[in-house]
Amino acid sequence: MTAATTASAARPISSVRLPGLAILLVLASAAVMAGLVLLPLFVVFHDAFAKGVGKYLDSIRDPDAISAIKLTLLVASIAVPLNAVFGVAAAWCIAKFEFRGKSALLTLIDLPFSMSPVVSGLVWVLLFGAQGWFGTWLIDHDVKIIFATTGLVLATILVTFPFVARELIPLMQDQGADEESAALTLGAGGFTTFFRITLPNIRWALLYGVLLCNARAMGEFGAVSVVSGHIRGLTTTLPLHVEVLYNDYDFVGAFAAASLLASLGLITLVLKTGLEWRHAGELAANRRH
Amino acid sequence: MTAQAILASPTKARRRPWVQHSILPGFGLSLGITLAYLGVIVVLPLVALAIRPWELGPAGVFHALAAPRVLAALKLSFGLSALAALLNAPLGVLLAWTLTRYQFPGRRILDALVDLPFALPTAVAGIALTAIYAPNGALGALAAKVGIKTAYSPLGIFIALVFIGLPFVVRSLQPVLQELDHEVEEAATTLGANSLQRAVRVILPALGPSLISGISLAFARAVGEYGSVVFIAGNLPGKTEIAPLLIVIKLESYDYAGAAAVGLAMVAISFGSLVAINGLQLMLARRGRA
Repeated sequence: MTAATTASAARPISSVRLPGLAILLVLASAAVMAGLVLLPLFVVFHDAFAKGVGKYLDSIRDPDAISAIKLTLLVASIAVPLNAVFGVAAAWCIAKFEFRGKSALLTLIDLPFSMSPVVSGLVWVLLFGAQGWFGTWLIDHDVKIIFATTGLVLATILVTFPFVARELIPLMQDQGADEESAALTLGAGGFTTFFRITLPNIRWALLYGVLLCNARAMGEFGAVSVVSGHIRGLTTTLPLHVEVLYNDYDFVGAFAAASLLASLGLITLVLKTGLEWRHAGELAANRRH
Repeated sequence: MTAQAILASPTKARRRPWVQHSILPGFGLSLGITLAYLGVIVVLPLVALAIRPWELGPAGVFHALAAPRVLAALKLSFGLSALAALLNAPLGVLLAWTLTRYQFPGRRILDALVDLPFALPTAVAGIALTAIYAPNGALGALAAKVGIKTAYSPLGIFIALVFIGLPFVVRSLQPVLQELDHEVEEAATTLGANSLQRAVRVILPALGPSLISGISLAFARAVGEYGSVVFIAGNLPGKTEIAPLLIVIKLESYDYAGAAAVGLAMVAISFGSLVAINGLQLMLARRGRA
């Protein structure tokens, strides 16, 4: 309050700033954003419809495209809930309790963010690939992980591992344990306390984390590309389908599939921005990813 | 665990129990889930990454990494990532400054769009950037006229890395610029500082630490980036082949240990550079306080 009043009282001094400079900087920013960030988005839709709406629809209704969409949805529907449950559990023990080794735990949770997606796929091949640690055992028992859906799920889980936990931990640390303690003292059970007190308190942050986690899970390319084997109609998720078509010089098909992913990204962005505008106070304060 | 333990804990940290008593339930359950999941999803795979290269023996790992093709890929990935992160610094400062300091129509939309490189799946960004900068693309043709090759050259990789790194710098700077004390700037003005002096002597030093953290996040992301780079790179061994692609190629020829060696080297170099950057950041923060 006081800072704001001081600032506005002192406005005459600060308005020495050239108004021309402000306009120049705004224009420069808009140019950077248009050239670097918006142009690729525009190109995706432009090239997807380059040969008309009919061609576009044909590409999307292609059986391989349909099965890629289904596989993407399947993988995300396994990976995202698992990471959400983990995120809540991790945030509960880290934010509500004091114990030794907490910072090591936090570092481990953050680790997947700093790994190359390709490495996140590679590690599963090292474990479960034909020459992996468990490779012979898996072959003997006729279990397929690499070049199969399980591998895609594992790679996706690793890449999107921290998203929910990272949103919830700072928020729940800020909120403390007072409300839960009060409920427990008044005789509420553990699960009642969690579902009636904690969950309503973190719902928007949880939704935010799930949103980001889902967008990354559906759009992941590098990690799944390593474990997929690119078997058409079987192990190609939508981003991999984009690659397969692109490498076949089917550019309309590639950009049509890409336009679906771009729409997913845009919808995520809109929902995420909406959450930030409406529930800023209920989301974690420091957000870097 | 007992009341005495709690009373004693603030003073005698050594005798503090492993976990402080709380009336909240579910510590065992939530920590159990966390550790089990973390163990399977993160720890076990990383142990494999740390151990498998050594099947080649120390000399074998050295040879695998010292191969000219591998060295060239590592140099390309880390070098271009550093350059891209450095270009992200002025671009990021420009955007963060405009978005926090000026009111203009469309500001909030522009602000939301900064996250687009995060939101756009990497393969989508990859083929879109390639289409733009290919010799027959909108900007690629323009560059080709003046004799510059963009796509399928290191410049193309650089552009893709700038694209994906930009949000990191902007998002690191925005909170600092928002909270930077107006009074300090006003004081500098009343003391006779002009705009340029204010920017260089007052604002930049305050931005320093978060600028560096933004640059290092952009760098870390760029080093491992695959999807948005692999289409535009051209993937010529020794020339435009990035390190993550080399891992994929080694895996395709079932050279698991070799792939793991490159992966481990990437993780080690990234970790080393982040430690160095953190040190620099600490130094700056200390100087800023003094």
